[in-house]
Amino acid sequence: MSAAPHDEERLGELLGMLPPAPTGWVQAAQELPEARRQLDEIVERAREDAAFRVRLLADLEAALTSAGYVPRPALSEALRARLAELDSA
Amino acid sequence: MTIELTDAQLVERCRAGEQEAWNELVERFSRYVYAIAVRGFRLSENDAEDVFQDVFARTFERLESLRDDTAIRPWLAQMTRNACVDRLRAGTREQPTEEPLADEVDGEIERLDEALDVHEGLQGLPPNCREVLDRFFARDESYRVIGEALDLPAGTIASRISRCLGKLREKLEGRKPSPDPSGG
Repeated sequence: MSAAPHDEERLGELLGMLPPAPTGWVQAAQELPEARRQLDEIVERAREDAAFRVRLLADLEAALTSAGYVPRPALSEALRARLAELDSA
Repeated sequence: MTIELTDAQLVERCRAGEQEAWNELVERFSRYVYAIAVRGFRLSENDAEDVFQDVFARTFERLESLRDDTAIRPWLAQMTRNACVDRLRAGTREQPTEEPLADEVDGEIERLDEALDVHEGLQGLPPNCREVLDRFFARDESYRVIGEALDLPAGTIASRISRCLGKLREKLEGRKPSPDPSGG
């Protein structure tokens, strides 16, 4: 913590320099660990279960929903990239 | 998290996979990362959002490589700075934009460091002071909005802000605030 003296006007200015980031951004960043865990789990299942993989490739959002996942845009986007890697491997 | 952890303790708990610690880390530094992107580099909201998510994703992936846990703040600042520069350069390929000078960015990050110190100082104030100062200065809310949200007469907000600023100043200067029976 700064030991420099602050007048109250300056304190107000400094407090005003840090508005909150949009709530949705913060929430998405906080959900990252769980999103990564889900992503790994789905990719692993797609690797082992050919039928699931076909369903994912045909309609990703529907396949995720029927498997009990919430197809959030970030998850779908990351999953598409990982499935493409899996396909090219 | 009920007990205020140091940055180093927070990093250690994040490494151990504690979701609550990760939530706190994101919460603690979200304003700082956001401000570097929008104030330091003047990114648009869309670009700032990409940078914001990218910085926390990299933080999550690379926390193991942080050598000094107490240095999480400068580490984040550097990562945000790099992500902003990458974003601006990628954008320049499509539409020429002016990149802020390195000295300007250094100066702004220095001011944001000072701002974050002050913001952290808020944590040592009573909750009603924290809220009124944050709402007025950081969220730019009017006396009327604050009064409605906190169920206080709008006419008392200005004096409350002044009293709470005094407490914050005393806190930052390491003096013990004088007792205030009203608590705010």
